[in-house]
Amino acid sequence: MVIAQVPEIRIHQSQLLPAPGSPEEKRPAKAVSREISAIRAFLLSRGNSAMADRGFHGLMVLCALSIFGIVALIATELVLRSKMAWGQFGLDFFYKAYLDTYTGQPMYWDPVNGHFSALPFLYGTLVSSFLALLMAVPLAIGIAVFLTEMCPRWLRAPLAFTTELLAAIPSVIYGLWAVFVLVPLLREHVNPWLIKGLGWTGFFGDDNPTGLGFLAAGVILAIMILPIVSSLTREVMLAVPHSQREAVLALGATRWEMIRMGVLRNARIGIVGAVILGLGRALGETMAVTMVIGNSSEIHRSLLANGSTMASVIANQFAEASGDLHLSALMEIGLALFIVTIIVNAFARLLVWMVTRGAPSSTH
Amino acid sequence: MGVGIEVTNLNAWYGTNHTLQEINLKIPANHATALIGPSGCGKSTFVRCINRMHETNPIARVTGTVRIGDLDIYEDAKPVEIRRRVGMVFQRPNPFPTMSIYDNVAAGLKLNGYSNRHELDEIVEKSLKNSALWDEVKDDLRKKSGASLSGGQQQRLCIARALAVDPEVLLMDEPASALDPVSTSKIEDLIFQLKSQYTIVIVTHNMQQAARVAENTGFFLNGRMVEFDSTHKIFTNPSDKRTEDYITGRFG
Repeated sequence: MVIAQVPEIRIHQSQLLPAPGSPEEKRPAKAVSREISAIRAFLLSRGNSAMADRGFHGLMVLCALSIFGIVALIATELVLRSKMAWGQFGLDFFYKAYLDTYTGQPMYWDPVNGHFSALPFLYGTLVSSFLALLMAVPLAIGIAVFLTEMCPRWLRAPLAFTTELLAAIPSVIYGLWAVFVLVPLLREHVNPWLIKGLGWTGFFGDDNPTGLGFLAAGVILAIMILPIVSSLTREVMLAVPHSQREAVLALGATRWEMIRMGVLRNARIGIVGAVILGLGRALGETMAVTMVIGNSSEIHRSLLANGSTMASVIANQFAEASGDLHLSALMEIGLALFIVTIIVNAFARLLVWMVTRGAPSSTH
Repeated sequence: MGVGIEVTNLNAWYGTNHTLQEINLKIPANHATALIGPSGCGKSTFVRCINRMHETNPIARVTGTVRIGDLDIYEDAKPVEIRRRVGMVFQRPNPFPTMSIYDNVAAGLKLNGYSNRHELDEIVEKSLKNSALWDEVKDDLRKKSGASLSGGQQQRLCIARALAVDPEVLLMDEPASALDPVSTSKIEDLIFQLKSQYTIVIVTHNMQQAARVAENTGFFLNGRMVEFDSTHKIFTNPSDKRTEDYITGRFG
């Protein structure tokens, strides 16, 4: 009996609903014959707000799409403005050296004679970022391991908070600190020691007495990318299920073995992602690097020599560029940096996402 | 060969929660012993006290004595040493997803620095045969990851991983509760075969399972062990009214 009634009720309800767009739709339904309460009357008197809802929806879509719009605008602008340099140098822009007609020495970046090659800046960016990763990654993983696996509860929040606070300090403050503290420290204590001990490798030449250079840039970059690398590493380590830790412990693992086999091994893809994201930061970091790298447009093997990164040369020369071609060459460097950082960041995010949202091959 | 377990005056706490109270129990060697009881009765805590796994939770605390063979595990040894002798299989299969099937089984030995390649091969094969998984995976030992197997296969892989270190005791904390009926019956067959070589303690929600695989059964309720006897006696003629009520399904 009850089952038989169900379709009947459905039909009844659908008959009550006014057809969409019909004049009835706009009128509050007052087909109900029984007496209606004040609340019911008020609610019935309200429209269905379809217009407002549609408007809201549209507005939100616009907000979301504006992200794509901004990215597209930046890219277009960079492409348009770098056209001149691209037309003049083509792919040579990224590797070729020019012989200076006066000294006979190879020159890469010669605004006076109108020769522009980005090679020294590509080199500087790679060297400073690599140095930064070399110093920051072990430290960041150590911080993350301590925070997730061994930190006493009371220390966890303050430590995590302080690490993340490092990310909030403006770049120029790091730069100032580096100029007044780090660079003198390197100049007086670290560099002489490096030159004496490792000078024979050729990576630590003694021809730059300022303390500025790749090493100073690398150290400051390391400090700046430390928070993002360690907090993301911590995140992916926390995403490793507790059952994995127990599985290793139950086999008789010590704490370190448990961390190595149960945690780091499972989180490794995400950790690589965190490192690459750190690399993305290091590649694009401008202000602090510009203040300590020495801003030379030459390629030196020594890590204690002056150099420039792609970001720092733009910051340094943009305001006083000597002509349209110079400006356009800077724009082309900007375009290259833009593309590289976008690819690096997208790749890193993908790796982190794979671990924290469940990798395709994972069971948990 | 397995060894017996003797538990005296065991008490356990999680924070202020007294989860095990005055447990006294002798688990015979080379037999399967089932622990039954409603959720939260302390049976899982009990098995975790036998390999000192419960200590991995910082708020846990234990008093009393647990002897495995001649070893007083809370007095004479470190947790790491105990866990090398006492294997454990968990409720949810937890193979290492980044390792091959082979490496999953060999994990315990590699962890402890065992590197004789030839012997490792033999142990892996023997363990997988013992856990009745060999025929299903022998062609993909190094190709497939531990996570690519089905749930039931994963659990048998975890059993193989536990067996590979040649434990004296095998603890199983509801090993089949996350599995389908076919996989469950495979695991039960396995326990039936393994119990002649290992001392097995199996926690289970499923009373029929206890009846099928275990010679002895203990009934836990609210952190106490109400009754411990032969499985036959527990299920046919329990001494305690509460055991009878639980078995006949009046609560739990």
